[in-house]
This record gives sequence, structure tokens and C-alpha cells, in this order.
Amino acid sequence: MPFQQHRLKNGLNIIAETSPSALSLALGFFVRTGSRDEVPEVSGVTHFLEHMVFKGTPNRTALDVNRDFDRIGAQYNAYTSEENTVFYAAVLPEYLPPAVEILADILRPSLREGDFDMEKKVIIEEIGMYEDQPGWSAYDHAKKEFFAEHPLGNSILGTPDSITALKRDQMAEYFDRRYVAPNITVAAAGRFAFKDLVALVEDHCGDWPGQPAPRQGIREAPAADRFKVVTRDKVTQEHVYLIAPGPSANSPLRHAADTLSMILGDDSGSRLHWALVDPGYAESADLSFHEYEGTGAFYVSFSCEPARTAKNLSIVQGLLRQVQEDGVSDEELKQAKNKILSRVVRGSERPMGRMQALGMSWTYLGEYRSVDDELKAFQAVTRKKIRQVLDRYPLVQATTLALGPLEKLRKPSGNGKK
Amino acid sequence: MAQDVHIHTFPNGLTLLAERMPHVRSAALNFLVPAGYAHDPPAQLGLTSVLSELITRGAGKRSSRELSLALDNLGLDRDTSAGSLHMRFWGATLADNLPAALEIYADILRRPALPAEEIDAVRALALQDLQSLDDEPRHKVIVELRQRHFPPPLNRDRRGTFQGLETLTIDKVRRHYQSVFRPHGTILSVAGQIDWKKLRDQVEKLFGDWDGPPATPIKLGKPSGGRVHLTKETTQTQIALAYPSVPIGHPDYFSAQGAVQVLSGGMSARLFTEVREKRGLCYAVWASYQTYKELACILCYAGTTNERAQETLNVTLAEVCRLEDGIFAEEVERVQAGLKSSLIMQEESTSARAGALASDWYYLGRVRSLQEIQDAVDALTPRKIVNHLRRFPPGDFTMVTLGPKPLRFPRRGVARRKAAV
Repeated sequence: MPFQQHRLKNGLNIIAETSPSALSLALGFFVRTGSRDEVPEVSGVTHFLEHMVFKGTPNRTALDVNRDFDRIGAQYNAYTSEENTVFYAAVLPEYLPPAVEILADILRPSLREGDFDMEKKVIIEEIGMYEDQPGWSAYDHAKKEFFAEHPLGNSILGTPDSITALKRDQMAEYFDRRYVAPNITVAAAGRFAFKDLVALVEDHCGDWPGQPAPRQGIREAPAADRFKVVTRDKVTQEHVYLIAPGPSANSPLRHAADTLSMILGDDSGSRLHWALVDPGYAESADLSFHEYEGTGAFYVSFSCEPARTAKNLSIVQGLLRQVQEDGVSDEELKQAKNKILSRVVRGSERPMGRMQALGMSWTYLGEYRSVDDELKAFQAVTRKKIRQVLDRYPLVQATTLALGPLEKLRKPSGNGKK
Repeated sequence: MAQDVHIHTFPNGLTLLAERMPHVRSAALNFLVPAGYAHDPPAQLGLTSVLSELITRGAGKRSSRELSLALDNLGLDRDTSAGSLHMRFWGATLADNLPAALEIYADILRRPALPAEEIDAVRALALQDLQSLDDEPRHKVIVELRQRHFPPPLNRDRRGTFQGLETLTIDKVRRHYQSVFRPHGTILSVAGQIDWKKLRDQVEKLFGDWDGPPATPIKLGKPSGGRVHLTKETTQTQIALAYPSVPIGHPDYFSAQGAVQVLSGGMSARLFTEVREKRGLCYAVWASYQTYKELACILCYAGTTNERAQETLNVTLAEVCRLEDGIFAEEVERVQAGLKSSLIMQEESTSARAGALASDWYYLGRVRSLQEIQDAVDALTPRKIVNHLRRFPPGDFTMVTLGPKPLRFPRRGVARRKAAV
């Protein structure tokens, strides 16, 4: 799998892994901007802007954008996270030129007032859709509670009020500052010639402004053992989140953290599964590790019958205390590595999976990581490294949030100490 | 699009399908056992879901934990689920681990422990699954729609009923397993880096001596149909509609697919354009085609804030009915481009191919080549699709809405109502 990289004069990076046996190609524009880069007055602007990118340019109306993508049979979409806004498309190899052209064109949107007002309604609908999903609401509240003043606590969607108050010019100002060439990486994987890709990107993006777009507020999120109950009497089940800090996206401990989260919280054969789901105490339970720039977090979640919540919470606390004291076993480590090997290999078989991995690795680390590099890094995880993660980031010091019909929930005693 | 597809039906009625995909290192397996929840005894709705959870809790010589550990060590990502007609066992891992995984699946399908001590835990999970539907209005509205639109027993939901679950015993589950699990009609499909001859020999060894009579076919009742509103204090109103279409295998099948793609195939399709892009009425709006052997339908969904729900329904329904007034050539070209790329991209996914092989075999009794599908898609024209819609015009709508206030079914939809199928 040859890897190639090129940097345009204005600072835009192009990275690619070509694979002659692929049947298609995937292409993504990774803009290093997300809700953490927003000030409160423009809460939700990053995600709203992601929508506006599809609403047209001086060359295209909103309908033209959709039609032009559909005409080449593209599988395309975009997403916004706390740190990234990513626009992507998978196409057949013959459509590389129009795919680059359309994506590059829409990344210079007109932000027309009429489209802006219309799309506002769609965003408010999207917020409403999520509000009706208690599992998601619990996640959003828990994140805010844990990150508190840290910029990663900013809401991705914003609120109906913040979106309603947002002006077109505020979005334009944000765009000018964040969608600059050095803040964008173009990643591609699949069947194409790298020189064709470079020529196309140079042609369509070579004149994008090249000033830097530094990110403010990169710092670790401190541990906090806050405890909160959000009462929603119309909700049937209780939805619980625990969040504790973890290593950041460029920490040498991140593979160990990932492995630990698989041992504790994967959906099959993990400690959490055996403790809560297997005996039927909770309908679902999960522990996962999210890495960010400057910090990371472990998210534990479960949903269950409200009356069962306190017991389940103390089971989770006990599980976390135990791993904190005793670490993990050799057998668990081996099992996790076998799962990871299979997932990494399968995830890389499709251009879309490879493109996402390439783009993220370049955005966070500024380096290329092959599938074998990743596999080696996971193979090198030892019990000692997992111990280092636990010592540095004690899972027992977590912020807890429950959302559902319960009015009160007793905070389990001895949180963080035996 | 050269494909390397193999088919073998064993004397006991089990069919093995395989596609070798030379460029991948993985393989996916997919069992369809003709033991879906349509076979649940009427007093025991939810039994199949419970069985699908219980069946992996120990099999052959392995306990529940040993089984889970063995599959995890093979790196097998997996899922067992209850469908209306089949219980599905899906798994994917590195191709080298496939034979060991198949051995374990032979135990699960043929020699499950179905341990008595696990029934309470599994029942508790099933009850929570059923309760939590109330926290998922988007799923709830589709469950309610299917219940009214499809003929019994296809109209059931896999989650069953509280009464059915509460009165379930381990003996009932075991007896049901004995009566529905059989080789006849079971399909195993595998796609990825495989060796056909070795695979066939292994499957013969594992399943060749499994026996049992063919299943008795399910008798379909009459759907209730109708339009209903379910009141719930939510931020959004959920709207779900269904109307009949032609099933897979029907000469009009590709035209029916073409019509639904014009409606909802990409972001430039009509529903997304008219409901979301031009009017900003909602975030999610879609239509999809769903088929059984004997019947098929189009499902439409939109979720929108309560004040704008009526307009959303009106516009959605108007678009559905307007299709037969005419379709542009460029709309069909976009549908063709989209279907072509998804067909080719399917060849990059072992799971997608394994699924497609099994579904072709079940519905059509053969595996279509991608070229055959491509040719049928290329042959679509606006006239063909419109003629199909005139033969089978959207009508007889079943509708379920969920939210604070009921909606009025627009007259246009009623006026357009004609006998279909």
C-alpha cells in the first residue's frame, strides 16, 4: 500500500494510500474545527456551517450540489465532532476529477441569507430529534457536566436559542478564520494515481487563503467526581453515564487505553457485559475510550429499569475499583488483541475505512500510520502499560450523570477510595 | 465484474453459498435458519427473541463464557438476531479463523445448551428491550405501522408482548427450538478469502448428518390497515406511512425500486429536496422498499416539530402521489449511477456480499450476478417507471403518527386511492 503526501504552497496537506486492487476510492476533506473552537455566542455554528457547505457556491445552488454528487453515484456526507468537520465521498475510480471538484467547490460556500434562514429550521429539527432520544440527552448532559469549563464541553448542536440568534455574518467570520488551507487535510484511499489527485487539488484549492488557524484551550480535562440526576418523568428507562479522564490522541498510552476499554466494556465478553448485561440487570452497557487533542476520556454507560439503577451503579463502581487495584489478566489482554487484530484488518479493507483512519492520523499526529503500524502498536501493549494508564488516569474518579424518571439517586459511597 | 460464486444444496435441504473475494484477508459468515418470530406461538410472542439470546449461552461442550471467549479469541464480530422469517447468525473475522468459527456455530445451531438458569436473565433483557421502545419514538412509530400494514403474523414485532414474555418457561423455549430449528431451508452464505472445496467439505462434515422435516408454511391473515394517532408529549411528531408495492421476483420489481429511488435515493431525490431542502420541514425524511416473497410495500418516514407536522405530511404524500405524473430522464440517470456504484462497492465488503447471496437464494432460489442486476438497472427508463406506477398506483395508505396532536390525512391522498396489487 504505497503512501504519499504532498503539501500545497498555501499549507493544505494531501495524504493518500493507493491500492490498485480496490474497486472504488474514498476522498475526505478534514477541517480541523469543531464545537471546541466556538465561543458561547456562536454555539452550534460549526455544525450549522457543515450543513451550509451543502447549500451552494457562486457556481452551484443547493440543489445543484446534491444533483452533481448523485449524478456520479457518490456515497457522500459530512459530520461534525468536538474537533473536526469532515466532508467525504466514495466514488468509482473514473469519478475522481468531479468528486474533487465538487468537494473543493462546496468548501467555499456562498452562505446565502435565504439558504441560511431555511437551514436554521432543519438544524432546529435535528436538535428536536435528539431531544426525543434520552440515551443521547444523557450523553450530552454528562459531557457538559464532566468537561465543565473545558472547551470540549461545548455542545455540538447548540440550542434552539443559540441557533435562532445566530447571524449569517457571524458564521462567515467563523468560516474565514477556520476554513483556511493549513487547517485542512485532504485524505484519499483506494484506486487512483496520486499525481492526478495532487494536480486536481492544486487546481481547485491552490488559491485558498493560507493563514494559520491555531486552536486555543488545548489542555487536559481534570478528573472530577461530580454527581448529577436529571429528572425526565416521560422517559421509561434510566440512562446513566460515568466519565473519567484518559490519555490524549497523541499520547503514547492511547493504544493501551483503547485495549483497556475493550477488556472492560466491549459489547461481547467484556467485564461490564458479564457484570450487567449477561445477568439481565441492564439492557445495554458500554465502556469506551475517546481521544481528543490534549486530553481523552473514558465513557461508561448503561440503561436499565429505574428501580435497578442504584444497584447497577454500585456494580459498576465495584468493577472499576477492582480493575484499578488488580489491573487486567494476561488472558484478557490476549483476547482483546485478537479482537483488535480482526477489527483493524477488516476496517481497512474498504477505502472508506482507510481514508477515515488516514485523515484522523494526519490531523492529530501529522504522521502516516499504516495498518501494520497500528497492529504493531496494539501488539506492543502490555499489562504494565495498562497499569500506567490506570495509575495516571484512575477510572474510579468519574463524573456520574443519570437521566430518566428517577428524582433521586444515592451517590455510591467510597467513590474513588476503598 | 467477474465473480467467483459457488452453490451447493445438501441432501438434508441446507444450502451453502459462497463467494471468493481474492483481494480481502477477511471472511463473513451468515446463517439464515427458517425460525423467525412469525413462528412464535400466539400466546408466547417474544419467544424467538429470547431464543436468539439464549442460544449462544453455551453449546456443545462449552459453557456460555467459554463459548463467548472462544469466539472472541477468533476475533469474530458477531450478532444473532430474530427476523420475522429467519433467525440470523452473522459473523466476520480474518479468513484464517473461519473454519474454527464454523465449528462453533455447528454447536450453536445443533447443540445449544439452552440453560435453565439463564432464562430469567434473558427474559429480563427482553422485557427491558420492550419497555425501552417507549424511549425511541422513531422506532416505535415504525413498529406500530408494521403492525397495522402487514398481514399477521408478518406484522409482529420481534420484541413480543409483556404477557408472552412473562409466561415463558425454559421448557417452552426448548420445545420451540426442537420444532423450528432444521436443516431444510437453512442457508449458510460465506464471502471473502475462502477455499470452496475445503469449505464445502467442512460444512458437509459439520451439518451433513443434521436432519428434520421441512417446515410447514406460514398462513397469512388479513392486515388491519387504517390510520391512527398515538398521543405522546414529544418535541417532534413522528409520521410513518406505508402502501403496497410489487415483491421481488415480480416483472415490475426494478421499476418499483426505481420509483422509490426517485423518491428517496440520494440527497437530490424528491422527498429530501421538497420536504427538507426547499421547506426546511424536517431533518430526517425517507422512503424505502421492503419485500417478502408474497408481498411488498413502500415505507415512508418523517420526523418534525409538532407545529409543522401537518405540512410535512401533506408535502410527503403529495410527492408520493405526484410520481406517476411523470419522471425526468435525468432523475433516472442519477438513480442508475447510484445503484451502479453501490453494486460495485458491495464487492468490497464481505458482509454485504454474504448478506446478498443469502437473500437472493431465499427470495429467488438462485444467486443473481452483479452483471444481471446492472443490466436490469441500465434498462430502466422514465416511461417504464411511470407505467409501473400507473399499474400499481400508491394508495391504500396505512398511517401512524406519534406526538402531542393528531394530524389530518390530506384529501388528495384519499382521492387518489385506487386498488393496488
